[in-house]
Order: sequence, then structure tokens, then C-alpha cells
Amino acid sequence: MSKQYKVVHCTINGKEVEQIVDVRASLTDMLRNDFRLTSVKKGCEVGECGACTVIIDGEGFNSCIYLAVWAEGKEIWTLEGLTGPGGELSDIQQAFIDEGAIQCGFCTPGFIMTSWEIVNSGKEYSDDELRKLLSGHLCRCTGYENIFRAVKKTMLRHLGKFEEAEKVNSQGIADYPEPMPFM
Amino acid sequence: MSNKYIGKAVTRHDAHDKAMGRIKYTDDMCDKGALVIRVLHSTVANGIVKSIDTSEAEKVPGVVRIFTCFDIKEKHYYPTAGHPWSTDPSHQDIADRLIMTDRPLFYGDDIGAVVAEDEVAASQALRILEKSVEYEELPFVLDAQEAMKEGAPQLHEKYPNNVLAHTEIHMGSVEEAIKEPGLTKVEGWYETQPVQHCHIENFICYAYGEGGRTVVVTSTQIPHIVRRVIGQALGMDWGKFRVIKPYVGGGFGNKQDVLYEPLCAWISIQLGGRLVKLDVPREETFISNRIRHAIRYHITSWMRPDGSFAARTIKAWCNNGAYSSHGHAIAAKGLNAFPQLYPCDNIDGETWTVYTNRSVAGAMRGYGMPQASYAFECHAEDCARAMKMDPLEFRRKNLMPVGYYHAFSKNELYSDTFNQCFDKGAEIIGYYDKVEKYKNQTGDIRRGIAVSTFWYNTAVYPIALETSSCRIVMNQDGSVQFQLGETEIGQGADTAAAQMIAEELSIPVDMVHPVSCQDTDITPFGTGVYASRGTYTLGFSVRQTALLLKEKVLEAAHQFTRMPVYNLDLVDGKIVRTTDGRELMTIGELALSKLYTTDGSQHLTAESTYQIKSNAYSFGCCFAEVEVDIPMCRVRLLNIVNVHDCGQVINPILASGQVHGGMSMGIGYALSEKLMWDEKTGRPLNNNLLDYKLSSFMDHPRLNAAFVENYEPTSAYGTKGLGEPPACPVAPAIRNAIGAATGVYINELPLSPHTLFREFTDAGLINDPWRNEQGKESK
Amino acid sequence: MYDIKALYEAESVQDAIRLLQEHPEAQILAGGSDVLVQIREGRRAGVELVSIYMLDELRGVSIDEEENIRIGSLTSFSHITKDPIIQKYINVLGEAVDMVGGPQIRAIGTIGGNTCNGVTSADSASTLMAWDAIIELTGPEGVRRVPIKDFYIKAKVVDIRPAEIQTAILIPKESYDRCFGHYIKYSMRNALDIATTGCSVNVRLSDDKKTFERVRIGYGVAAPIPCRAYTAEAFLNGKEINDENIKKFAETVLEDINPRDSWRAGKALRQHISVVMAERALRESIRLAGGVVNE
Repeated sequence: MSKQYKVVHCTINGKEVEQIVDVRASLTDMLRNDFRLTSVKKGCEVGECGACTVIIDGEGFNSCIYLAVWAEGKEIWTLEGLTGPGGELSDIQQAFIDEGAIQCGFCTPGFIMTSWEIVNSGKEYSDDELRKLLSGHLCRCTGYENIFRAVKKTMLRHLGKFEEAEKVNSQGIADYPEPMPFM
Repeated sequence: MSNKYIGKAVTRHDAHDKAMGRIKYTDDMCDKGALVIRVLHSTVANGIVKSIDTSEAEKVPGVVRIFTCFDIKEKHYYPTAGHPWSTDPSHQDIADRLIMTDRPLFYGDDIGAVVAEDEVAASQALRILEKSVEYEELPFVLDAQEAMKEGAPQLHEKYPNNVLAHTEIHMGSVEEAIKEPGLTKVEGWYETQPVQHCHIENFICYAYGEGGRTVVVTSTQIPHIVRRVIGQALGMDWGKFRVIKPYVGGGFGNKQDVLYEPLCAWISIQLGGRLVKLDVPREETFISNRIRHAIRYHITSWMRPDGSFAARTIKAWCNNGAYSSHGHAIAAKGLNAFPQLYPCDNIDGETWTVYTNRSVAGAMRGYGMPQASYAFECHAEDCARAMKMDPLEFRRKNLMPVGYYHAFSKNELYSDTFNQCFDKGAEIIGYYDKVEKYKNQTGDIRRGIAVSTFWYNTAVYPIALETSSCRIVMNQDGSVQFQLGETEIGQGADTAAAQMIAEELSIPVDMVHPVSCQDTDITPFGTGVYASRGTYTLGFSVRQTALLLKEKVLEAAHQFTRMPVYNLDLVDGKIVRTTDGRELMTIGELALSKLYTTDGSQHLTAESTYQIKSNAYSFGCCFAEVEVDIPMCRVRLLNIVNVHDCGQVINPILASGQVHGGMSMGIGYALSEKLMWDEKTGRPLNNNLLDYKLSSFMDHPRLNAAFVENYEPTSAYGTKGLGEPPACPVAPAIRNAIGAATGVYINELPLSPHTLFREFTDAGLINDPWRNEQGKESK
Repeated sequence: MYDIKALYEAESVQDAIRLLQEHPEAQILAGGSDVLVQIREGRRAGVELVSIYMLDELRGVSIDEEENIRIGSLTSFSHITKDPIIQKYINVLGEAVDMVGGPQIRAIGTIGGNTCNGVTSADSASTLMAWDAIIELTGPEGVRRVPIKDFYIKAKVVDIRPAEIQTAILIPKESYDRCFGHYIKYSMRNALDIATTGCSVNVRLSDDKKTFERVRIGYGVAAPIPCRAYTAEAFLNGKEINDENIKKFAETVLEDINPRDSWRAGKALRQHISVVMAERALRESIRLAGGVVNE
């Protein structure tokens, strides 16, 4: 069978686009190759590592296991779209810098996208909830510690809890009064 | 000394670009028109390739060429370890690899390659090819001790019984010492598992011809070594290759080996210099790159009633996989550490590094010390328990004392590091209170707290060459670029170096620009980053070079200020007359004037090499607090603290980041990670990120990193190793904490539910009435 | 880039059926988190696919005229968890599918795909088994309904006839009314994992909360397909809520389950954990139903 193509219309980082794609392409392929949005990283290509995460209609997806043709009609955001027209960083990007949440940087774009979704949800999550929401990303450099702090602080600031945000410090000895059976 | 930049939490130079997603890694730089290479891997664990029928695979539309091991006309065996080369043949790494082989020694060995126009064509051809290989299958062996037995399959002719190397140490006389009356003998077997680095960026490289040479762009820690090895592997002059290292998405030692750069370069050459890309899929990264050595230890100690050691023995079997890679260095490091960490007058030790038909073990964060620390610190705990001593007090009593001098490395323990680290960690986690609180627990869910330590040294002196080179070039505004052979791979080496240069030249750190992406055509020679040596070794050349530049700057300042050089200094970006503190001109004015003067124009630059002839101990400890759900065979890590004495901390935020990362790797090592092979076929079982249990965000508690800063006197900036040490003490601390909670001390990693179920059952903690005595189910 | 021979995108359920009839070799692609991964692995390389992913008509949760909870087959795990109907009547299902993989997998993974792939480790499957879900299939002959216990035939094989697609999963009122349940996923890490074993229990208690009116328990990875422990259920139905009965119930699950040895986990571990999970999930279900365990 000859190669099969399709025109896809979607919004990428706020801009309406149309693109002819090979129907075999993943959304990662389309974003990286056709739009040169290389913040979308390939780490496993099976939806396990989260490095390719993009936001589609308000929800984080692994773009590696998402067909490009499914982008039709969707609103897609990648890390490139978080930076303002004058190069201004969003607060979550700045928090990743300030908290030392970036080392090799390869998992960073995916992590920031999920974090962006979290901090813009308008909700206050517990520490355990935050860990769960961020658990679709693997990182081998940071032990997730500084990423956790960056997200928690930014979440609190979004909720106007600036003082609480400042209290999220770099030492964290937790006290668990009750046993926690595995349920 | 009051520092302006050293010791400060300077933001890493690339953080902003990384947060924007605009940093280019290898794949991001490669033109999308590149041909795609996929490697044909052996599907037998040991055998001979009799033939490969390429005819069907060649028919796949889009396939450009298929290469097999039979296309190699001249066999150039080459070494892969990222070690400095030695001109003395007896110190060279073992050259036992070919870019493709007809004699595969493990499942996943490289026997051919497909080049295609796109990845789909390449994978289609590869699937056909896999079925077109005719093997003569040979028996294989996966276990190191099995491999040493008579009659075991032999991997390499020159190494009978598969022993790559065997070394011994002897101190005093164990035989005599154990005659002392009243000794308590403590003995144990300690087993560590193979794991993989799992940097999120897989290994990738691409190659193309340019100017009659071959350029290889690769995700590596060791660009200059890669260039040398490509030359060796292809039997060509080393200068025929140019190696470029872009930003790297993590290395952890895997990228301290030469991986597929020689094959990629060779294929490009076969295709007249066409652009070819070799992007290793995650599944192949697990089995066809490098892994951590599984090491099995047997340790015996004879303890005096006062808790001191009378004699000790150690034996270690190190499973090296099918090729030498780093060879005996990893096993030797552990053996070398044994008499140093807990000194004793009477010690016998020996270790074997053994070839087996498994994936190749190489360098991985800690370089043998996570394994050795596990064995040493499990054993130390067992000794303390046997003597009914508090495990922490036992360690304080027996660990390397202040003033300890090691003659071979010339290392000295200058400070009371161990006690300082213990005190700090114990206070942060509340150790002593919790030890009391967790005594005499019963019930299904119990808690425990414990400690462990480790031995580490910073660099590779005196075993191998230690050299570092630096170049600093000043711009017209007085800002500088610098280049180093020590590579930035995410750890922050460039930022640390920039802080040193800023300090030395007394210019703002934002006027110091790292040239982060190395290029062997341009970057001064250096052997790369490994062994936790980066900050220590680069410190020497950075300081030396910065001082050279400063000298030139002050000499130039003489021309414009008329003042003698000895009355001039650089202070906060100004040329200052030291006699009265007057600011005579800015560094920018000076740089501009010197470049454009019609009277002796000069571009201000300095470059130098420093050969390092020292090394430094880098110690610390880990405290872990766990909750064990016994019926569920699960461990919850409640709190964890690592304390390190890495000398002067250059950058606290980056240093903490290194500690967190090492702790995280240690958590996975302790609780969940293990690469497995099928005993019947030698096939890897879990070479993907679903079945290989890298610990997730939800498996981590808050990670606490703390420092004790004893200025290292041998160091250019008081620093010593930090990159690898944090991974070393975590697993034994967790093991000891589980033991404290349950009374079950487990000598095998990982401490997964599988292991815990077996051990808790054996210990009678799990006693299912419906299971009969043989441990079988009721029906 | 996936090795796909041809991709046919369905525009409606009827269109999907037509495409499947026209291309009998074609496989159905829903969210793709299994199918695309298997294409990449080579197991399904070169396939023809009928993509139903864009069929929004198969998304959403509602209560139908017969008072069944109706879950459209393409409803993603994340949407099931957030759905108010699920939260009100069968919250355990929302909790169970909230343990699949990680958040991004839960955004793409569909409950239809999770059941149609026929794997025993599916996190939704044990709960759907334990709540006697009905599978709705639409094909050339129209709509048919199959109880989930009959839908699973053997490992990786389910009762889908040629050109049929699964269009909904129904939970009958009889099944969810006054029922409370809990799911435990046992896996080797706390996220991004498949179940080593999963156990879903639900109870309906007597009005005085002293007796088990009905107890159901479903397992994943305790047999080649998701299963129930009917013997244990039969033992407990009608019995008083007390420690002894709970323990006996938990041990009795061994009469019905048959986990296997594999490199992922040994049979003995799976059996042991199955018993522990049965007890813990039952106790939690009792608590949720307002019951108290008499010592």
C-alpha cells in the first residue's frame, strides 16, 4: 500500500495550524519534525517515561503514543508555548530554575507541562496528591525532590498563599503519627 | 578567605534555556534527513553466526544498506572503557570488542546493522533479518561463580575459566590472629543485583563526512576518549575523527564507555560520508549499552569482646558480563576500600572479575562502591548486633580514624568527618529518639531506623593519569569564555567552573561563559567526567589558567596605567592599585584597550594543563527510617537523610541536587530495581521501563541532603568528590532499618516484595496456616 | 513513526462497523496505549487499523432508562475517576482506574480498551467483575449484551465477534444499589506499574449493619483472566460481620483463584497477597458501608 497522508488542523501553542501528516506518525513525530518543537523529548516511546508529555485540551498526554491524526481539532501546548511573546518565563518555569529542579534537563519539558496543568487547576493538592499527579514522569537526576518543591511553591502562590509557599523548605522530615497499612 | 562566588547558590548557566525547552540535545541537532541505523542484535546468549541472509531484508522499500559481521574485513579489536589511554601496554584496557561480531557472547550482542531511509523501514528489515540469522548455539553461563568452574563455557580464549582478573590483598596474619581467645566470628554472604543507569536521554549518536574526515556527534561523557577509540576500532588515525558533545540528558557512567560511535562512524564511511543516525531504543539501552556489575561478597570478621576487629577476610566475585569494558577496576576498588573503611591489622582479601554471557557491565555511579557499601555496611551492622553494640557507636569505634594515611593513594583523613556526619544526620532525622521509640514493636506494621556509611575517593590518581586542561578567552568587555575537558552532563560542572573563574578573576559570574558543548577540534584535551573527579580535577586547571590570564591582564594594565604589576590587582571587575585601593580602570576598558591598541595589540587568552598527583577521601553517611507492612511484604521509606563531607561546597543548590539524585538511585537499588535474564535462554526479561522498576515520584519521600564542609587541603578550591558517593550508603541503610523494624536482616538486593516474602516466611513472620511446611500452597 | 499498513478513521459507530466489515484483517484502535506499544514492539507491526478514538459518542458516563450506570467504552480512566455518577455510586471503579500507569496513561487509556485487550492485570477488570458489569457490543447484527464473566474467554481473548465494537459497559442498579467497595492494587512500585495482583471487594450490608447481605470479590492476575472467588462469597453471604468470618473468607479465596508462577512474581507470593488483600479490602468495604467489625 502506498503511503497514506492526512491534513490535520489543530491549535499548537495558541496558533492555528494545518499540516499534512503521514498517518503513521505519532504526535511526537509531528511536533518535533514538522514544527521543530524539540522540547518534546523521546525517552522510551511507549508512554512510560513522560518526557514527551504535552497538554491536549487541558490534559497531559504522552505524545509518543498519540497518533498525529488524532490532533485534529485539538488545542495542544508544548513547553515552547509557555514562554511569552517577549521571552517571558511563566512562573512554573521560573520556579524550576529557582528551586534547582533542573539538572540534565531532559525530563524537564514534560515535567513542566504537567506542573503547569497542576498549578493552573486552581486546586490545592496535598503532598501525596502532588506526587501522584507528577508520577507519570521519570527523572534519574533529581530524585524528584526539587521538582516537588518547585511545583508545591508555585501551586501555593497561585492560590495566593505566599507565606506558606516560602515555608516550603529544602529539609523535609515527615512525622507520621499513625501506621499506614498498604491498602 | 571570603568568597564572592564560591559557595553560593548560583543558578546553573543552562537552567533558563532548559526551562524554555530550547536546549539542543543530540537528536535535536541532527538533520531530519539522516539515514537511520538499527543494530542487529544476537538472539542467542552464546554462539557463532554461521550466516546472515540479507536478501529478503534488502527488498524492504527504504532500506539503503545492510551490514553484517561478515563485512568486517580487518578485525580491529578495541577497548571501550572511558579510561585515560596508557602508552604502557600493560596498563591499557583490554581490547576485546569488534563493531560487529560473528561470535556473539550475550543476548543482544551486535552482529549487524540496517541502514534505512526511515525508522519504519529499518525496523521492518530488522525483524526480517532477525529470522535470517543462522547460529551455532553454544552453552552459556550467567553466574560469575558458575563461570569459573571447570567445564563452563569459555568466552575469551586468553582468559581461562573466564577470569578476567584476580587480585589479592594480605595484611598481617589472619591465621595467627584468629587464635586469640574470646573472639566472636561473624560471617555473611551479600548479593547485589545488576541494574541500569536509565538516563532519560538514551544513548544516541550521528556521523557524517566533512573535509575528508568523519564528524561524530554523540551523547557522551568522554568526547576525547571517544575520538581515540573510534580510531582504534576502525584502524585509522585518531585525527581523522572529530567528536562533538552537545548537551547530554544524563550519563551516570553508561556514557563513560564508548558505545556505538565506532559503528556509526564506520557506516558513515562505508556510505561515502552520508549522514547516519544511531538512536538506541530504550529496550536496547538496557541490554546493549552497559549495566552495573552484580557482585557477590563473602565477608568474615573475628571480633574481640570490646567490639574491635581482630581479623577479617573478604572474597568477591564480580560479574562483568561478556566484554571487559572497565575490566577489573570496579572489583578492585571495592577490595581496596575494604581495609581502609574499617582498618584492621589482619586482613585477607581476594576478588575475581569474571566474564559471563550477560550484558556488559561497566561504569555506573559509584563504580563498585554501592555494591561494596552494601556488603560492608550490612556486615558492620551484623557485627554490631553480634556484639550487642549500638550500630552507630560500633561504627564510631571502628571506622577509619582521623589522621589515617593511605600510602598508595597518599590520601589522608584530615578531619573527624565520620563523627561530624553522623552527628549532623542523627540530629536531622531524630535518630536516637527513634531508636528508643521503635524498640520492642509487635504487630503487622513496624518501623525501624538505621544508618550506614561508605568509603569513597575522589579521582583516579594514582591508578591512572589525571590531567585537566582549560582555556579562557577574554572578550572586549572583559567577560570570558572558558572550555574544559571535563564535560557538562547535567551535574553542573560548567557552573561550578564558572564560579571558580569568577572568583579568581574577580568578575561577576554572569561575565563567565561556559562553552558547554565540547568539540575535540576545539576543546582542550581532557578525559571527561567520571569518578566524581570533575570539580576536584578541573579546579586545578581552572585556577592555574585563570591565574595565567590574570597575570596577562595585569601586565596589560601596566601599559595603560603605568603602574607596576606588583601594585595592581583585579577586584570586582576593576583594575585596582593595591597601595591605595584606587580603581584605575574597569576590566572591560582594559580588554578593549589591549585588543585595539596600535601599540602591541593582543587578545587576552590563557590555556594550560595541570596533571593532578593527589586524591582525596570523600565520606558521609545515610540515615533511613522505614515502615514495614509485614503481611504485605512492603517497605515504605518514611524519611531519609544523606550527609556528605565533600570539602568546600562550591554551589549548595547543585551539590544538593547531586545528593538527591544519588539518593534516588540508591532507593531504586535498595527496593525495586533489578535486571533479569531467562535462565533457560539467556534472554533478558525486563529490559523496558515498565518491567524494570525505576522508582517513581510516589516511591520517594522528601530527600534531605546535608553537608559537613571540611576544606580539603590538597584541592585547588577545597573540594572533593560528590557525584557518586550519595548513591553508595542508601541501600544498606534501608536494609539495616528493615532489620531494625522486623529483626530480619536481608543480604540480597533489591529488598522487593519477592525477597521480603521469602525472608519473612523463613523467619516465621509470615505464617500462613493454609500453607504447609514445605511452603507450598494448600491445594 | 509506527509501522501501520493502513489507518481507517471511523466517523461513527456504524462507520466503524462498516470499516471493520470492509477490512476484516483490521484491528480496532481505541486509545492506543496497548496497540501502539505492541506495534512498536513488532508484535502487531504492519497492521491495518480502524481508529475509533475520535468517536465522542462513545465517551461519558450516564444513568440510562433502566437505571444502569452506562460508561461509554472510550471514556478515559481520568474522566471516569472525575465523574460525579461514578463517585456517587461506584467510587471504587474510579479509584481502581486511577491506579492505572500514570496520569498521562490514564488520560489516553479507555475502559473499553482495558477490557477488550483481555488481560488479567487490567485495573478496571477486577472491579467490573466484582460488580457484575454488562458489556454492550454493537455490530452488524445490532446490539448485544454480555455479562462480563462470559465476555472474558481466555487470556487475551474476549467475546467480540467480527466487525463488532464494544460500545459501553453497564452496571445494573441491582449491582450497585447500596454497595460499597474497595480495590487494592498490588504492584512493585506505587506508580507506572501493572498489577502483580489486584483485588476488588464490595459489600451490601443488612440494614442493621451486622450481617453481610451480599459480598463480591474480583481478582486480577489470580487466574489467566479476571475472576471471582465465588466460594468465598458464598461462605460469607448472610453471615455475621466478625473477625473470624472475615479471616475465613480471606482464606477461602484460595479455593477459587489460581495464580501462576512467572518471572514477574511467584505463585506463592501471589496467593499469600491475595489472602491479605481479601481481608483488607473487605474490612475497608465494611467501613465504607458503615459497618463495624465485632472482635
